[in-house]
Amino acid sequence: MAIYKGRGVCAMNYPIGMNLGGDPSQALVHSNPDGKFTVTLSSIDLGQGMKSVSRQVAAETLGVPVADVYVDTADSDTGPQCMGSFASRGTHRVGNAVIAAAKEARAVMLEAAAEELEVNAVDLETDGLGNILVKGAPGRSITTQEACNVAQFKYGQSVSGRGIFLIPMSDVDPDTGEMTTVSCFAHMAMIVDLEVDDETGEVFNVRMNSAYEVGRALNPKLVEQQLVGGAWMGLSHALYETTEPCYPSRDHRPYSFSSYPMPGPGDLASHGISILERPAPDGPFGGKGVGEMCANPVLPAVANAIYDAVGVEMDELPMTAEKILRAIRAKAGRAGDNG
Amino acid sequence: MMVKKPLEFRLNGTEVAVFADEAENLLSVLRAKVGDLTPKYGCGQGGCGACMVTIDGRTVLSCITLAETVAGADVGTLAGLSGERLDPLQEAFMDGFAAQCGYCTPGMIVAARALLQHNPTPDRDQIIEAISDNICRCTGYEPIIEAIQSVVAQERAGGS
Amino acid sequence: MSVDFRKDIFAKERDDNLNEIGKPTRRQDILGHVTGRSPFFDDHRFDGLLHIKCVRSPHHHARIRAIDTTRAETMPGVVRIIRGSDVPVNLNTLLSLLDFGKDDEPVLAESKVAYMGEPVLAIVAQSEAQAHEAVAAVRIDYEVLPHVLDVEEAIKPGAAVVNETYPGNKFEFYGGNDHQKLRFGDVAPAFARADHIVEGRYQMAPIEQAPIEPNGAIAAPQTNDRYVCYTSTQGLFFSLGTVAKLLNVESNRLHFIGGTVGGGFGGKVDSLCEPLAILGAMLTGRAVRYVLDRAEEMQVSAPRSAELWYVKDGLAADGRIIARQLTGYFDSGAYTRLTGYGVVKCIGHLPGPYTIPNVHSDAYCVYTNRTPATAMRGFGVTAVDFAIERQMDKGARALGMDPFEFRLINAYRDGDMKAHRRLAGNCALIESIQAAAERVDYPLGAEFRAMTSMSGGGGERALIPPTRTERLGMLPAGTSTVEVKTTAPGLVPQFGVDLPVPATGLPAPSPTPTPVPAPKAPETRATTYDYGASGLSAPPAPKEVPPATEPAALTKSQPGPVTPKPRYSRYSSLGNRRR
Repeated sequence: MAIYKGRGVCAMNYPIGMNLGGDPSQALVHSNPDGKFTVTLSSIDLGQGMKSVSRQVAAETLGVPVADVYVDTADSDTGPQCMGSFASRGTHRVGNAVIAAAKEARAVMLEAAAEELEVNAVDLETDGLGNILVKGAPGRSITTQEACNVAQFKYGQSVSGRGIFLIPMSDVDPDTGEMTTVSCFAHMAMIVDLEVDDETGEVFNVRMNSAYEVGRALNPKLVEQQLVGGAWMGLSHALYETTEPCYPSRDHRPYSFSSYPMPGPGDLASHGISILERPAPDGPFGGKGVGEMCANPVLPAVANAIYDAVGVEMDELPMTAEKILRAIRAKAGRAGDNG
Repeated sequence: MMVKKPLEFRLNGTEVAVFADEAENLLSVLRAKVGDLTPKYGCGQGGCGACMVTIDGRTVLSCITLAETVAGADVGTLAGLSGERLDPLQEAFMDGFAAQCGYCTPGMIVAARALLQHNPTPDRDQIIEAISDNICRCTGYEPIIEAIQSVVAQERAGGS
Repeated sequence: MSVDFRKDIFAKERDDNLNEIGKPTRRQDILGHVTGRSPFFDDHRFDGLLHIKCVRSPHHHARIRAIDTTRAETMPGVVRIIRGSDVPVNLNTLLSLLDFGKDDEPVLAESKVAYMGEPVLAIVAQSEAQAHEAVAAVRIDYEVLPHVLDVEEAIKPGAAVVNETYPGNKFEFYGGNDHQKLRFGDVAPAFARADHIVEGRYQMAPIEQAPIEPNGAIAAPQTNDRYVCYTSTQGLFFSLGTVAKLLNVESNRLHFIGGTVGGGFGGKVDSLCEPLAILGAMLTGRAVRYVLDRAEEMQVSAPRSAELWYVKDGLAADGRIIARQLTGYFDSGAYTRLTGYGVVKCIGHLPGPYTIPNVHSDAYCVYTNRTPATAMRGFGVTAVDFAIERQMDKGARALGMDPFEFRLINAYRDGDMKAHRRLAGNCALIESIQAAAERVDYPLGAEFRAMTSMSGGGGERALIPPTRTERLGMLPAGTSTVEVKTTAPGLVPQFGVDLPVPATGLPAPSPTPTPVPAPKAPETRATTYDYGASGLSAPPAPKEVPPATEPAALTKSQPGPVTPKPRYSRYSSLGNRRR
């Protein structure tokens, strides 16, 4: 009986958005008379932060503080079509639709400001704090609140915008598989250090170190939420989870959380993360979706580390203690070779 | 006709009186009869903690608690924590990005508040123990533990 | 837990001086979450709310001979028993809204059940307890049929037919093929000259998405002959369109409200509850709630597909992977749901983030008598990436190389040709490996620390090799057969990454890290970042255009000559369009 240490690595990419395209998302943006904006979507916030990301993207594009924007979703009577929150498409597709809608609304706001300031709209800029400034002429400015107000009450203009983002559907060649998949990819690499008890097959003291390339972290804390939570789920997939423990036989299936084990708050792995940002040319401000890719690297990195520790090839998931122990025993006492 | 029984208890300090169905669980009474929607249905099996409330200060899983057993008792839910001011735990969860989908959050904060009620300065292991009945599928727990720790740190520093 | 931002990497491609983007702003929904006031679908109350529970198959596979609901109908609280014949259009496939696949799944089984747990009846009652009691009182006479649970058994001749729409137990892909092919180069001679062959068999587990909020919907009649539906769906209009088709109602008679969802992870795409909740509201004139309980979530809401992969790599002694062959079997369960789509996504992902000159893959969507599979976080990619990254480890061992250095040698770079015949751009695999390694002082050699995604790609690596195919024989180098769609006017265009390639087979110019002027693009095609309106406080596109948007490559990717070839339908099957 002994404890063996192992290290495993892996590297991956992940496609952002529905494969082949053909999955539009839409957004509407409008301003109240006092310059407070509403973004109307039918997109879904599952916890990944759809509302928050859309809000920041809209505020950045409009040139107003984030507090001046509220995202309303999802009501099919008011929000325009969105394909949905899956395939890592939310940030990418919805973000681009929000940019398009916000640009249209912003243009109306700037035109009204230009009238008031008696300049050309192209000579205006926003400071992100609620002011519209004449470039190179400090002191000549109007608030976004005032501009939105006069647009509606003086010039009869609706400070609003519509946006849609679509990547047209690609064909697939049946003979070669040629296709236009997605337009951008996130990247990741992971190093897992862990220990295996060759008497029980248990894996413990898991330490993950990773790097994720996310295009641009539109909100770094939301990115962190996904990467930390996603890696937790990845470890759970690697070591614990299945609805069919005897697959392909359907015996011994779980019907509750008590028979569907996952790591609890006392079973956490440490995780050090480096975040890289290589903006996607067609991502909203370069952003890519991070919600899905974050779980994937843990699975092979853990398997590779287990091999490094005890010399058994774990090629079937999940890598339960029982399976590891059976593999160690099948290897007939050679478990110490790598120790 | 289903048998209904009158049931009185205090919810977050206020007297409530309802008619409960036979064998109705506390979660159903709170949500459907009283209208306190803060406890959530996650499994109905006592396995996830989304329905967690307190009875006389002790945490219970309301989905597997017979409603009639709370007659005359003090029931506490997340709704009781946010009055004019938020509870420091709620502030800490907001600042610490300790929620994603938000569905486990009510039970999680109820568990943490019950812990701090009895032990204002728990260590990390005691915090982990206290939230071990609550499953979070989104966060990986670490931000939740850290949010609770930050409230404990405030407590240690003499309250905020 | 520690997180750091490597702002030093790719700094030239980024302008970090933005107002709101990049800020750790509090979530908009967080106050609602910590106070318990966020309105999830189940947080809407209706007087006289009714509840649905389903009668489900106890068999893997059985013919339904007779259904006896006599006792259940008279039980206390039972308001209505819904059968398959009550569903106006009781056959659908989830992606029929995208015209992908044939209708193959009923809302409620009528003639046979194809998996344990398949719903046969929906009982609408005044309370969940009463619905449960009525479910237990239904008697169904089944003729048990042979079943098949193993993907490799299911595609053998003579196997039980799981899904009559696809009698061979295999989904029908583009061109009528019973699997999706990927052909790039010619693996056979490459294997023959390889110094090492590494083979493996990999099995993914079926996994439950397990959001803490279960799948559910509450539907109620509204004024003006409309129905409101509060739902946990991951796709609002996706579910709305599905219901409109199944119940044969105009979409504007449906009012879907959702968007605040207690976790999904792919498990709330299938629109399992909305059709029956709305049908229940239509049939009873009352508000109806249908929520899966946890046991149903675990076993009859769709899991991640179990995938079985066989992978064979041919390696050169210098560390290059010269051929990779992958054969995959996706266990779709009894119906298609999203698995056929997932297979195509997976094929487009192969051979992983590595530049390999010869790639061959066949991937099957196989029907078995188990719970239909669906999307889950990492859909179509998680399992095969597990297989590939296990292979990479075994390959490094066979070569006696460091596993990260082996990956770096083969990592894809800007300008490389991918197996699906599009140029790579915006790559960052190399930098990700380097950054991860730096976290733990991982001993990478100097030449590996100096590598970059931004150079060394393209040139020969941008070529489409002569490719062996079964039906068309040997295709000459550069053959590109799929028409590249240009963006419709007025829509936000597709940009320059993952570029379609010219059909001429000329290598794309090797990307260069030196700045190039922004390409002059056609009206409908932008080529750089979209920073919003000119005059935004955010500066416009960065000075340095990413290599993949290199003008020559972009220009060549424009409609240009395309090798004539038979035109295929976008989809494997026709006739699925809605009404």
